[in-house]
Amino acid sequence: MGIETKPALARRGILAGGAALLAAPALRAQGAPIKVGLVAVLTGPQAALGTQLRDGWTLGLRHLENRLGGRPVETIVIDDELRPDVAVTKVRAALERDRVDFVVGVVFSNILQAIMRPVTEANTFLISTNAGPSTFAGRGCNPFFFATSYNNDQVHSVMGQAAQDAGYRRVFLLTPNYQAGRDAMAGFKSRFQGQVVDEVYVPLTHVDFSAELARIAALRPDAVFTFMPGGLGVNLVRQYRQAGLQNIPFLSTFTVDEATLPAQGEAALGFFSGANWAPNMENEQNRRFVRDMEAQFNYVPATYAAQSYDTAMLLDSAVRRVGGNLADKNALRQAIAAADFRSVRGAFRFGANQYPVQDFWLCQVVRRPDGRFQTQTVRRVLEANVDPWAGECRMPGRV
Amino acid sequence: MTATLLLVQVLNGLQFGILLFLVAAGLTLVFGVMDFINLAHGVQYMIGAYLGATLAALTGSFWFGLLLALPAALVFGLLLEVLVFRHFYERDHLSQVLATFGVILVLNQGVKAVFGAAPMQMPLPEALSGGVRIMEGLLYPSYRLAILAAGLVTAGLLWFLVERTKLGMLVRAGASNAPMLSALGVDVRRLFMMVFGFGAMLAGFAGAMAAPILSVEPGMGDNLLILAFVVIVIGGIGSIRGAFLAALIVGLVETIGRSMMPDLMRLFLDPSAARQTGAALASMLIYIVMAAILAFRPAGLFPVRT
Repeated sequence: MGIETKPALARRGILAGGAALLAAPALRAQGAPIKVGLVAVLTGPQAALGTQLRDGWTLGLRHLENRLGGRPVETIVIDDELRPDVAVTKVRAALERDRVDFVVGVVFSNILQAIMRPVTEANTFLISTNAGPSTFAGRGCNPFFFATSYNNDQVHSVMGQAAQDAGYRRVFLLTPNYQAGRDAMAGFKSRFQGQVVDEVYVPLTHVDFSAELARIAALRPDAVFTFMPGGLGVNLVRQYRQAGLQNIPFLSTFTVDEATLPAQGEAALGFFSGANWAPNMENEQNRRFVRDMEAQFNYVPATYAAQSYDTAMLLDSAVRRVGGNLADKNALRQAIAAADFRSVRGAFRFGANQYPVQDFWLCQVVRRPDGRFQTQTVRRVLEANVDPWAGECRMPGRV
Repeated sequence: MTATLLLVQVLNGLQFGILLFLVAAGLTLVFGVMDFINLAHGVQYMIGAYLGATLAALTGSFWFGLLLALPAALVFGLLLEVLVFRHFYERDHLSQVLATFGVILVLNQGVKAVFGAAPMQMPLPEALSGGVRIMEGLLYPSYRLAILAAGLVTAGLLWFLVERTKLGMLVRAGASNAPMLSALGVDVRRLFMMVFGFGAMLAGFAGAMAAPILSVEPGMGDNLLILAFVVIVIGGIGSIRGAFLAALIVGLVETIGRSMMPDLMRLFLDPSAARQTGAALASMLIYIVMAAILAFRPAGLFPVRT
């Protein structure tokens, strides 16, 4: 990487070291707060996802009485506006002016890719609570980067496996025409061995799916697999139901979740999705998380919130492990990698590439007794799954 | 592709075209009559959808929601006219673009602040929640047929208003020579305000009609606005007749292009490349059509001014 050869960065390192020395007495007095930069998209059409992510973190801190490992916390919320250039500028400011100790959050992969170098080259830990691109899971893995979410490919391959398990022979694929859409199709096909009757790509700004729905009806597949995040999914799901296609199983990723269900409502009932977590999971952590999220923010949490909540718990455990001393990066990294916390997902650990090794579930949309909609686990599809890129990662032992 | 499927796609295209017409009609009136570029027309469509969804939830009925959304959208449009747009009629197009773009930003954030960032839904009216079976395994939602009908009625009414009434005559006169009309003792300001309010109401009507099938969310009007501009440019700025025809052309080309392009590409390319290039070409198709039409008729199909 050549970090040592860059004088500006070396200087920054010295400055940071100096700052740490200066902070040391205060640290003993437990006075200096830990600063965390939280990056989320809070404006524009995808703001609902960023809001979930931020609120999950907020609730985590509230449960921890606003302390990480005993030290007070100050969160600096950064709205990335879903624009990589904006994200980089704001994150740089957080690193250089506010001297944040951690950067967490990030909903979308393109934002993560933009801020990866600025954060990790400043020797600061970056913890993605949602975006999980393959780039940083394989060769591009980085000792300063952790993901508490998943690798994107895993989620799509879950649906491929679920379709395979269900015995579907002919499946119709429908995604937006951009990188993540093509990845979704590839991920699905990595585990599905039946026939793909057609692959249809639509523009990211698509609103009316009637032409695609007519095509589905004409081909009569055993199931449909789709990846339509946000408003795209709201339009597709409602039009799918209105066209009377609900007898064809609807398999999806990031299309029916708690962020979009309030707008999809009944139209999404019985539709499937693949996920690493669902609100109905039976463990003490999760029950408390879901109950308090609903009480606090008045909506059913989605994975974005759950993963952020987990991240707060993870950092709490790591800071506790190093006794509040964040200066020793190697010790801190080991403490994070130990993942000594109780996840709302149940079992959780990090693999060699610092992405999670976890179970993946087939989930289905249900209506709860109180009239709200949520996804619910149907069955475990993949157990302790390691992402397909982990093998390519050569992670340095020390930083 | 079978004949039935093609027929279904034609119907889909017409229906999408009608929806576009509802949005473009107001835009072409404001642009054509007042020579005012209103980029905020898309957010007025969004406001209509939000008003419809909210009022339907409050009253518990789709019909009340739709009915109340119309005057609400009208009032909102007039408010914008008085507060912002009125001050820009005399300015050049660049100032108008900047001001109305600012309105887009403010209103998109505004609805997020008021209604939250998560998409909302407006339920289908009970009577139109069913569908007509038009091919095996596919229902054509009755509500979409209702949109078709509503669009046709609106088009007829508009044509009658503009071509056959005294008010329409004044509007047309204002379009061709506003200072002269003013000199003849007509209050052009008030006339423009009425046209603007009416345009805003049309956009709101389109939004409220689209709300039960499309996701109601911040920024929902922005993409449609681009298509609406394509429609009014093809149709000839200011012409209702042109907007109607152009909207149907754009709707049909969009829908049929998207469903046939990948198959067409498969003749030259391997299947997976054909799908991606087909999809990409299909989204370019309407702009290619627009360029072709403008090459032969630079002022659009039915130019109002010569």
